[in-house]
Amino acid sequence: MPAQAAMWSPFAAKREAPMQYDDPAFWRAGAISTTAVMSVVLVMLTIDSIAAISPGGSHVPPYTVINRHIGYAYDGKLGRDMPVLGGDEPLFGKSINDAEAAALIGQGKLVIQSRACMDCHTFMGNGAYYAPDLTKAWLDPAWDAWIAITGAPTKEEAMARFLMAPDQYATWQRKMPNLGISREEAVATVAYLKWLSAIDTNGFPIHFGRIKVSQ
Amino acid sequence: MSRSKNLGIKYLAAAVFFFGVMTLAGLLSATYYIHPDFLFGYLHFSVAKMLHIDTMIIWLLMGFMGAVYWFLPDEFGREPAGIQAAEILFWVFVVAVLVVAAIFVFVQWGPGTEATLWLFQQGRKYVEAPRWAAIGIAAVMVVFAWNVVGTALKAHRITGLMAVMSVNMVPLVLLYLIALPKIDNMAVDLYWWWWLVHLWVEATWEILIGCIMALTMMKLLGTSRRIVEGWLYIEVGMVLGTGILGLGHHYFWIGTPDYWLGIGGFFSALEPLPLLGMVVHAVYDAGVHRMTSSNRPAFYWTLAEAFGNFLGGGVFGFMITLPQLNLFAHGTQWTVSHGHFAFWGAYACGVVSVCYLALQEQRQLASVDGRGWIWAFVLLNGGLVGMVGSLLIAGMAQAFFERAIGGSTLDAFIASQENPWFVLGMYSRFGFGLMFAGGYVTLVWNLLALGRPQAAAVLKPVPAE
Repeated sequence: MPAQAAMWSPFAAKREAPMQYDDPAFWRAGAISTTAVMSVVLVMLTIDSIAAISPGGSHVPPYTVINRHIGYAYDGKLGRDMPVLGGDEPLFGKSINDAEAAALIGQGKLVIQSRACMDCHTFMGNGAYYAPDLTKAWLDPAWDAWIAITGAPTKEEAMARFLMAPDQYATWQRKMPNLGISREEAVATVAYLKWLSAIDTNGFPIHFGRIKVSQ
Repeated sequence: MSRSKNLGIKYLAAAVFFFGVMTLAGLLSATYYIHPDFLFGYLHFSVAKMLHIDTMIIWLLMGFMGAVYWFLPDEFGREPAGIQAAEILFWVFVVAVLVVAAIFVFVQWGPGTEATLWLFQQGRKYVEAPRWAAIGIAAVMVVFAWNVVGTALKAHRITGLMAVMSVNMVPLVLLYLIALPKIDNMAVDLYWWWWLVHLWVEATWEILIGCIMALTMMKLLGTSRRIVEGWLYIEVGMVLGTGILGLGHHYFWIGTPDYWLGIGGFFSALEPLPLLGMVVHAVYDAGVHRMTSSNRPAFYWTLAEAFGNFLGGGVFGFMITLPQLNLFAHGTQWTVSHGHFAFWGAYACGVVSVCYLALQEQRQLASVDGRGWIWAFVLLNGGLVGMVGSLLIAGMAQAFFERAIGGSTLDAFIASQENPWFVLGMYSRFGFGLMFAGGYVTLVWNLLALGRPQAAAVLKPVPAE
């Protein structure tokens, strides 16, 4: 096919001609300097970010935030949803100090890792997408119904009862398996989820819990 | 044949084996979306998912290592330093991966104690392997790094290509150590975890596969070292110049300050540029060689690599990377769609290409061609693109109905998962998954049969000299 031959010929001609290229030293220097500059910037931003996301930093509340009421509302000035911290609302009716809160959160994280929660659920959108995102799970309006379903007096108690025997409650076609979570572990997990909901996540997930979805 | 090349073949064989495990675990994961009660009480989605993504990391890593061990003697003209340790660690690596897989399947979870993290699993996506295994993988990486760096030192010479690879070994090993600690604060945990996941996958791995593809180009097409090295430096500069701060696209919503929205959005929007450069280069090379080669499968898989990386990593990544859209697309099947396409294009196609190249040399075939590889190529790529398209539809439905309209609550999640577009996407993903699995079986059959007498009609062995 002459048309095709004509289309390819410029390449073929170029292959035969000896090619002159600049010494790659120029590109090598470019690669090294770009990488170095970007790495330095990343380190500087990391120092600032880690300070902001440490407990008590500008974006992450101290662990004792679980002693308080937590809400989530649209902030007109910032143009995004923000956690709103309210008055006292001790978890399981008991206000705890810094050390106790840190120990509880540490235990909660161990439960989350040992049961691989992240391999079905997501946290801040990171995980496995098979089950709901847990970033603001503490604030989910669905728990109101679960207080009745589990016969629990409070939201935290309903969450704990569900976590300990999820397979006994008909949630939906996708059921959560029983992961042998003890009472103590369930309490720590609920504490973890409450603390997590108070983190400023730049408005993710957008308008959580403000819209009624009918099933 | 040299010991290093033998080890390379072993690693490539192990890679292809775990590629199969990944495919099987993927089909299983896809099944739960269609039949949620499947194996309930015995084996849950989480286990299938862990096997699926962890074996993906493992087989690609083994593929890279196989490729490097294969090319090392050619680059240095000698056996690598510490080849004995590498040979032993190969078996340690394979056995450890099998033991971890068995623990995932049969033990599944443990009590909320540090012992569980040491013995059973760590519950952090991609790096679920228990600490004993993570330390083992780190040891394998250290020896792998020594095989490259030590050989260069002993040979008293180094090529630009090998210099890039050697320097790249340092972050490859160091970043993996992030797999070890347990960090209570989820925001800080995810912050460092992304250093591992992003800076491995979108930086050090990109450089490593860049080096491997450069070596492949030289062997396959006879491209001159000068051109290949010049391109490699440009690629390193562009990939790291955009990718290091492109890390910011993972820091939009994990609690980090909002300057990451601008920084992450801007730099990750530039990330497709080096990938576009590679496509231009590949198309140019394909034109120069008029789409012919003595190893057509390797050549076509190299092209698939360039296009897949650009489309899957670049275009599909760009689609969801700006924070204004990511707010809705984040953590949905849309991300999954991008993830499948990107890993396939950026890494898997390259490893398959090297498999064909290595087997051609090992079995001394003058040319590699025939029908078998075409079937494998079409089924695998067709199946993959089909899955990606299905997940895209499901993911868009999820982004609209769960995030934008529903507000991401439990009820919004359920509503999105029951949305007809989402359900359609899940069925269609499973169907294309079967097609992909068919492609995998064809690929294995083709690789095994390469150069065997029954295929002599299309494969001509090198005539005796």
